[in-house]
Formats: sequence, C-alpha cells, structure tokens
Amino acid sequence: MADYREIVSKYKNLPGGLIESYHALQKEYNYIPEEAIEVAAQVFDIPKAKAYGVASFYSYFKIGKRGKYIIRMCESAPCHVAGADQILKTLESCLGIKAGETTADSKFTLELTECVGQCQATPVITINSKPYGDLYPEKISAILSECK
Amino acid sequence: MAEEMRILMRNYGKIDPLNIDDYLNAGGYKSLDKARSMSQKDLIEEVKKSGLRGRGGAGFNAGMKWNFSYSAVSDQKYVICNADEGEPGTYKDRLIMENDPQSILEGMAICGYAIGSDQGYIYCRGEYPYVVEKLNTAIQQAKEQGVLGGFNIEVRMGAGAYVCGEESALIESIEGHRGEPRFKPPFPPVIGLWGKPTIVNNVETFANIPHILEKGADWYAGIGSKSYPGTKLMTLTGDIVKRTFIEVPTDTTIRQLIFDFGGGIPEGKKFKAVQIGGTSGGFIPKSLLDTLIDFDSMAAIGATLGSGAVFVMDETRDIVDVTNRITKFFEHESCGKCSPCREGTKRMHEIVDKINNGLGSATDLDLLGRLGTVMSKACLCGLGQAAPSPVLTTLQHFRSEYTDKL
Ligand SMILES: Cc1cc2nc3c(=O)[nH]c(=O)nc-3n(C[C@H](O)[C@H](O)[C@H](O)COP(=O)(O)O)c2cc1C
Ligand code: SF4
Ligand code: FES
Repeated sequence: MADYREIVSKYKNLPGGLIESYHALQKEYNYIPEEAIEVAAQVFDIPKAKAYGVASFYSYFKIGKRGKYIIRMCESAPCHVAGADQILKTLESCLGIKAGETTADSKFTLELTECVGQCQATPVITINSKPYGDLYPEKISAILSECK
Repeated sequence: MAEEMRILMRNYGKIDPLNIDDYLNAGGYKSLDKARSMSQKDLIEEVKKSGLRGRGGAGFNAGMKWNFSYSAVSDQKYVICNADEGEPGTYKDRLIMENDPQSILEGMAICGYAIGSDQGYIYCRGEYPYVVEKLNTAIQQAKEQGVLGGFNIEVRMGAGAYVCGEESALIESIEGHRGEPRFKPPFPPVIGLWGKPTIVNNVETFANIPHILEKGADWYAGIGSKSYPGTKLMTLTGDIVKRTFIEVPTDTTIRQLIFDFGGGIPEGKKFKAVQIGGTSGGFIPKSLLDTLIDFDSMAAIGATLGSGAVFVMDETRDIVDVTNRITKFFEHESCGKCSPCREGTKRMHEIVDKINNGLGSATDLDLLGRLGTVMSKACLCGLGQAAPSPVLTTLQHFRSEYTDKL
C-alpha cells in the first residue's frame, strides 16, 4: 500500500496537514480507505483512534468504499420546499438504491447532504461535487446518462 | 423604489476574476499601498471609525477586533478568512470569491499589516472545490505580481461540518483536529491558531476593507443604518420570483427586499413567512416586514441578519414541516461536545417530528418552549444557542400551525 503512504507523506510537514491529506486521499479514491487511516496515524505519529476520530467527524469524508459517481441530494430547508423529496425518490428509483447505498456495479453512490451553496437554483444535487440545479424529476435520467 | 448599491459587487461581470491585471486596472491594491503608508494604529482607527461590523453573523466591530490582536504581544500572529459558508440558503461568500477574489486577498493583507501578521489562511468549505481552485489561482497571480509583499496566504479546505464556521472550531480544524468549539475566553484575537493571536473575519468583511481605505471611513459610515453601516449582500431563495443575490444598504426593509428587489411571491400567491440569516435565523411574519435589515433592528424583533440568506415561504407552506426539517439539520450538525446541545437538538427534533406527524399534545408545545429557552442559555457555542430560534419564533408567530396538528 505504498500509494497511501506516498499521498499522505506529502502533508507530513504541513502544520495541521492531516485533514489536507484526507482530502488528497479522497480526491484520488473518492473515499478514504480504512488502511489509509492507519498509514496516516503512522505518518503523523498520532494514535489510530485520533486519526479515525478526525476522519469520521467530517461528513464530507467517507471511510470505506464508494462508487465512481457520488450523488449528493441537498435536503436543507430551501431545497426541501422546492421539492427535494421528489428528486430523491426519482434518483432512488432510477438507480435502484436508497440514500446511503452504492449500486451493485459500484458506479453510483447516493447520499444526502445539507446546503451546498447553490440555493439560487433549488432543488440541487451534486455529482462528484459538481452542482446541478433547478431540477425536476424528468431531468434526472438525462443527467445520469452523462455519467459514463 | 429602493435601489441596489454595488460596492462589494462593483466588479461583478466587469472584470475577469482570474486575471489580476483586470483587478489592478480597476484600482486594485491601491488601498493596500495606502494602508501601508499609514501607521498601524491610524489604520485600525480608520477601520474602527467606518463602523464596519462583521458580516459572518456576530456583528462585532472589525476595527475593535483587530485592535485586540494588534495589542497582543507575540512572535507570530495569524489572519483567517472564514469562507466556511455553511448556513443553508447562503452563497454570498461564494459570489465574492468567484467574482472578485483579489478584493478578499487585499483585505486580508491590510489586516495582516494592521495587526503585524505575515501569514493568512482562507478556510473554504469542502463543498466548493471549484472555488478553491480559483482562490489558488488568484493567490498565485498576486504572488507573481508581488502585490502582497511579505504576506503569505494559504487555502485550507473544510470537510462538511457546519460547526466549523464557528471561529474556534474552524481554528481547531485548520490545526488538523476534529472541529469542536473551544471554551471561551480566551478569544481568538488573543489566543487563536496554534495559541497565537488570530483574527477571524468573514469573506464579506474582508472584501469591504479595500473600499473603506479607498473612499474613507466617513464615506462608509454614512451608508445605510448608523449602527451597522455599509451594504449587505443578500441571497434570495424559496418562494420568490427572483431567486438571486442583491447588494443593498443596510437601511433597506425586509419588505423592499422581498417585494421590490425579489419581485414578490410567484404565481400570485400570498406571503406567509420569511426566515433571514440562514437556518438558525428566526421566522418573521407579515406584520414585521417593515423592519430594517441591519443587525440591531433585526435583533429587536427577535430575528437575525446572520449570513444574509432570505428564505421566503408562501401561503401554501407547512411551517411545522419546514421547522421539522430544520431541527433535523441541527441534530445532525451538533458536534456533541456539550450535552445541552447534543441531547437538546435530538429531543427537539423528536418532539417537532412527533407534532408534525399528528401525534403531539399541548404539553409538547410547552416542553419545546422550555427546552429551547434552556438551550439558548446553556449551550457552549452559537450552534446550540441559536438552534432553538426557528422553533421558538414559529411557536410565537405561527402557533396555530402547531395547534392545528395536535
Ligand atoms: C455554528 C456557527 C457557524 C458559523 N458559520 C460561519 C460561517 O460559515 N462564516 C462566517 O464568516 N462566520 C460563521 N460563524 C461566525 C464566526 O464564529 C465568527 O463570528 C465570524 O467568522 C467572525 O467574522 P466577522 O466578525 O467578520 O463576522 C459561525 C458561527 C457559528 C456559531
Ligand atoms: S453547542 Fe452544540 S455544536 Fe456547540 S459545542 Fe455544544 S455540542 Fe458542539
Ligand atoms: S439549500 Fe440546497 S443548495 Fe442551498
């Protein structure tokens, strides 16, 4: 698992670099592999519990495997009144999974999130952090088919 | 009709934000030069005199805050720009970062000179990776042009924790820890990042600074409300014709925001409520629409200006259902460090959910009121203290919506 060490070590000398190293891991893998947290604990010379505690505190980080495309549905109040529930239902039925799950082919993971700061275009989803706004259920399948 | 006033957004659509030459040609970085020609004391005095108060929610006088760090003796001091922007309904800091990033860097460098710091951080929320790229480009260009002098700026990314917008939690996060708020005092201007004096200001606060230096404190102090001068960047969401941003003087009324600038309620429906300042703000009924948006006028009606989010709900909206959604947000975002918030947000969601599902009783309404009052006093940080506000204000102004569901 030299890869993990290589990524994490880049941040070893950066003050407070642990979180930046997690961002780098997640950028590479789309999630934070469990073993990478152990590597981070070694590199930053901190207890494993602390390395794990930091990773699990932040909802943007996900420990353990996710799909290639991470779809996050905003459920904050402005998106909620704009029909987030309908979009979520459509996503769930198109993908055949529930929020929090990954499709069998590891292509899509569906998650819920709070406001992603695109509230001029509610309801909003992000796919690998890219926002898609002004959604209505009929728009979903076209957006999903863009994900190759 | 009231008019929009673009100070922060004056370069919006007029310059290429990723080309520093455009910013320089528009007069950029002259304010930093001017600041550096002044003594630190005079500079801080000028900022103080402008009356600029923090745009991140707490409304503290910026110059006074800077003075704390200036007066603190230390080998190292830090300047942090709070770009965590997690309040649902808010995207004004993103607008400034995307459209005029150099104005933020200039404001931070002026602060750095004022307090005696050579290191700045921008803590940008993890949901904005595309903004982080732009900020890094802007910083790179500023370095190449040498305009920042010896002042260095680094971007750090948040990772989806609303509480990290709270300044001491933000500091913990930059240090690489879980983002849990610290006990205060000491406050960050005296003991902050890595134990050193640290100024944390909001993006919009920093973006105001170059304009104040350029046109003078008196000019700024004369705009908008006396006790909270300047303009405020507001974002309009929900049931409103123009879901957009506007920049207005702070003596604008809520009614003007919604009906003049926002075009009113779509489809000829009637107004029911507006929540200002993000999800922790109070709900405001029709009878209070003529309130000015400035900090103190809003506080006087039990509401907040907060981040400047304006979330409008029309007559068809179910207030209890929306409040229920909001209580779920706080249950999720509570960091768990103190029990009034960790337990309180959970129970609050439980009770509102019960009422929303038609299973509540009159006792539950009393319980909610009591729980909310305790939380607003006993919680460690602003998250837990403000969490009950939507519940308490809807109980106050929209009580019949609750009783109809009992
Ligand atoms: C839960 C919570 C979240 C906050 N989120 C933000 C935020 O996203 N951006 C911000 O500038 N201030 C936020 N604040 C306020 C900061 O603690 C702090 O007051 C502010 O950054 C100071 O800058 P200012 O004086 O320029 O407003 C938050 C406070 C709390 C309690
Ligand atoms: S009030 Fe809530 S968010 Fe703030 S410290 Fe306590 S538990 Fe954490
Ligand atoms: S409320 Fe959904 S993007 Fe802001």
